[in-house]
Amino acid sequence: MSTQTRVKETPHEVQELETVVIRFVGDSGDGMQLTGTQFADTTAIVGNDLATLPDFPAEIRAPAGTLPGVSGYQISFSSQDIRTPGDAPGVLVCMNPAALKTNLADLEDGGILILDTDAFTQGNLNKAGYKTNPLKDGSLAGYRTFEIPLTTLTLRAIGETTLGSRQATRCKNFFALGLVFWLYERPVDYTETWIKDKFKGNQEVARANLAALQAGYNFAETTEIFTTHYRVTKARLAPGTYRKITGNEATAIGCVAAAMQAGRPLFYGSYPITPASDILHELSRFKNFPVKTFQAEDEISAIGAAIGASYGGSLGLTGTSGPGVALKSEAIGLAVMTELPLVIIDVQRGGPSTGLPTKTEQADLLQAVYGRNSECPAAVVAPATPAECFTFAVEAFRIAIKYMTPVFYLSDGYLANGAEPWKIPEIKDLPRIDVHFAMDKATFQPYKRDPKTLARPWAIPGTPGLEHRIGGLEKEDVTGNVSYDPLNHHKMVRLRAEKIAGIANDIPELEVFGGDSGKVLVLGWGSTYGSITTAVERMRARKASVSSAHLRYLNPFPRNLGEVLRRFEKVLIPELNLGQLQWMVRARYLVDAVGLNKVQGKPFMVSEIIHKIEELL
Amino acid sequence: MSQNDSTGAGLLEPPKLTRQDFVSDQTVRWCPGCGDYSILAQVQKVMPDLGIPKEKIVFVSGIGCSSRFPYYMNTYGFHSIHGRAATLATGLKTARPDLSVWVVTGDGDGLSIGGNHLIHCLRRNLDIKIMLFNNRIYGLTKGQYSPTSEFGKKTKSSPFGTAEQPINPICVAIASEATFVARSLDVDPAHLSKSVEKAAKHKGTAFLEIYQNCNIFNDAAFEDFTSREVRSDRMLYLEHGHPMIFGKNHDKGIRLNGLEPEVVTLGENGVSEKDLLVHDESAAEPTLAYLLSRMTYPEFPVPVGVFYRAQRPCFEEILEKQGKDIAAKVGPGNLEKLIRGGETWTVT
Ligand SMILES: Cc1ncc(C[n+]2csc(CCOP(=O)(O)OP(=O)(O)O)c2C)c(N)n1
Ligand code: SF4
Repeated sequence: MSTQTRVKETPHEVQELETVVIRFVGDSGDGMQLTGTQFADTTAIVGNDLATLPDFPAEIRAPAGTLPGVSGYQISFSSQDIRTPGDAPGVLVCMNPAALKTNLADLEDGGILILDTDAFTQGNLNKAGYKTNPLKDGSLAGYRTFEIPLTTLTLRAIGETTLGSRQATRCKNFFALGLVFWLYERPVDYTETWIKDKFKGNQEVARANLAALQAGYNFAETTEIFTTHYRVTKARLAPGTYRKITGNEATAIGCVAAAMQAGRPLFYGSYPITPASDILHELSRFKNFPVKTFQAEDEISAIGAAIGASYGGSLGLTGTSGPGVALKSEAIGLAVMTELPLVIIDVQRGGPSTGLPTKTEQADLLQAVYGRNSECPAAVVAPATPAECFTFAVEAFRIAIKYMTPVFYLSDGYLANGAEPWKIPEIKDLPRIDVHFAMDKATFQPYKRDPKTLARPWAIPGTPGLEHRIGGLEKEDVTGNVSYDPLNHHKMVRLRAEKIAGIANDIPELEVFGGDSGKVLVLGWGSTYGSITTAVERMRARKASVSSAHLRYLNPFPRNLGEVLRRFEKVLIPELNLGQLQWMVRARYLVDAVGLNKVQGKPFMVSEIIHKIEELL
Repeated sequence: MSQNDSTGAGLLEPPKLTRQDFVSDQTVRWCPGCGDYSILAQVQKVMPDLGIPKEKIVFVSGIGCSSRFPYYMNTYGFHSIHGRAATLATGLKTARPDLSVWVVTGDGDGLSIGGNHLIHCLRRNLDIKIMLFNNRIYGLTKGQYSPTSEFGKKTKSSPFGTAEQPINPICVAIASEATFVARSLDVDPAHLSKSVEKAAKHKGTAFLEIYQNCNIFNDAAFEDFTSREVRSDRMLYLEHGHPMIFGKNHDKGIRLNGLEPEVVTLGENGVSEKDLLVHDESAAEPTLAYLLSRMTYPEFPVPVGVFYRAQRPCFEEILEKQGKDIAAKVGPGNLEKLIRGGETWTVT
């Protein structure tokens, strides 16, 4: 498919930009996620680097036009490497007053504001709590505001139609999309193909949406409303083949890749929960792979089934969000005691309890590392970007199988739904995952450990002569028989801890971005990577003595972490919690790390981190 | 059943397993006199006759006295956590349809903390066997009332009597769309071994409730109707296709009066055998089974045997078939294609 056909030479002035941040906001029924995703897909294909931040309302369909019903999708794209969806949008596309009310404060001064004037009815203004009409009261004076009757224009573009007026009106998101496509020199082809495919079964809906899209594009080109359009040239990404991917997609594909690399089937037990459900949706589609999915009656059943599958020789996987992990914790203890490989995905969200289900947070770290009865060590890994979710899904299984242990995989709402270009790996470069099932009945002992990894053998039912019993009661060393012997228990507790600690010898050392030593080290984990690295990069450009390091392994820590921390005068740990990694680092290394903590259901802005670094310098 | 390959060529018949092959080297630690011993003995006795290689058999249990069961079977075994055995069994059987998976659970384990899982396991109809040892008490935690304890029962945690209506395991199983529902008792080894065997041979989830005496915390809980002397008068041995007759002299029966069962005496008031309900365990609807499940002593004799049996595809088979069908349609999963899926672009 040619992606350039529709970008015609126009008399309009073209301005080159490096990075653009656009936010589409509207009512949850306005199709803003779809609009944003289409813009992101097209942007990926034209070769910009990009990062996205969808923002869902907690209510599925809050009453139309109200503040809680506002849904948004932010995308940043650039000709340079970028790592965040941007602090403040330069462009805000607002489908109604409620969307304007909740988002305007974020728009850059002088930014572009595109509004559907048709939606600024008295009723909608009231619902959004506006006392006066912002289109008329001068409050938008600081922005380049484009007032466009999107609804009217859309209906006009569609013309005679058998669609009801509500359905026809809903096409206005494509009108808006067409408009923004023109403004940023994006081709409409990709979305056209998508519409045709999506509405194969309903020609009239397809026609209406195509007409709206084209009309939006033409409207921008032919009216004098925009004097300028903008060009963001291709990013100079490393050579390779790319696709756009969200964290949840990458996680699902990564788990399948792990299964293929291990040559064992994947079993996913899960109970729907935001923002983890998409992993279940994705994996459920892969039925022609050796993948089985099980929508359990609850999280306890989901993990129980995954443990049962692992016991039977599959790659047991269970995924949920924080409240579901709370339910799974007793079973995680069982997996620790029976020393079976198991991967537990926690797509963290705002808590505690049901909290902010659709918003992001990083506050389950201590739950993953410590949140179980007794001494119950499990390995913990955390990808830092949506694309890295692939790599770490494979890594989680590598560790789980090699060490016969549950492994936590901490993603979060931001990684899960955020998207970025992913350089597709070569299969041959993926790590091999060796699976050895115990076979030899002459030497088999259920808890005889591999001297190097301290892993016990994986002996699966169906193997003649290896019949044995495992369970949650304490095991006698080597034989695995039930044992209440005090010294044996002490020894087994230590062995289980040593096994997990030993994984440190099998993971990469922590790398430092920037100078090897200096005034401030910014240490992060998980999805804050983009904001932290961008902040440090900008500070370094200003010659500040700042470096950063990002932990992908939270238990055990990389073996050089203590030494890295001591090379800097100050350590700053930004986290979307009240200081959980900070607490672990201080306890473990006696380093007086400082926290930067934000628990608002939103990722860090780069400026917030810069501000804190400046304070420390 | 022979373990030869289908052609029968090349392989020698392996020596037939005996009961002893299923006895593990672990010391059995139930209280002397516990009904669990009898159940263990009957299961070990039936196993060799099932023709399933020992290594293909897995016992999965929850927590409770009964849940120690897997340790004593020389097969694969998994003693899990309280109430969750059905979940482990579900994952195991789904992942490994080739295994013979057995769940051992108690009335507290299976109906209280694990009630939800039991319901869902039954409706899914995996080909697994569930034996619920019902002693109407919590044994392992030393004598609190259980969800099957009778209303008003005085126990350590209900010194003034419970205020809760008991749950009826057979009713729960039927309501959960179980495809095999049966009841037996520890003190009738012959009936018990037959019941275990029938459960084993059922294709689908088999639910077998076993009345089990906890002589320490709830001794003689079932004795009113299970003791040898009164059994024939107070229990109804269900037999498919046979009229429901009981009593020492085979002179009592169950007749339907409108929608209610009633006890009648043959020969009295002109009642003859043809007036009696005939047991049909494979009736199209479990209506009769439900009616029987509501019969309790002393108003009625307590029914034991197979209440209901139906044929329905198994969960794990449906999943396997879906996978095969889709692979036949779109080809087997290809990792290269999967990771390159969606729109891609190349940077040179
Ligand atoms: C999560 C959890 N809660 C409570 C217990 C304590 N507990 C162990 S067994 C049991 C009840 C067992 O009763 P039942 O299932 O009837 O088995 P029995 O011992 O009578 O065979 C309880 C409450 C536990 N082990 N785990
Ligand atoms: S407490 Fe009761 S159920 Fe438990 S072993 Fe003793 S007799 Fe059996």
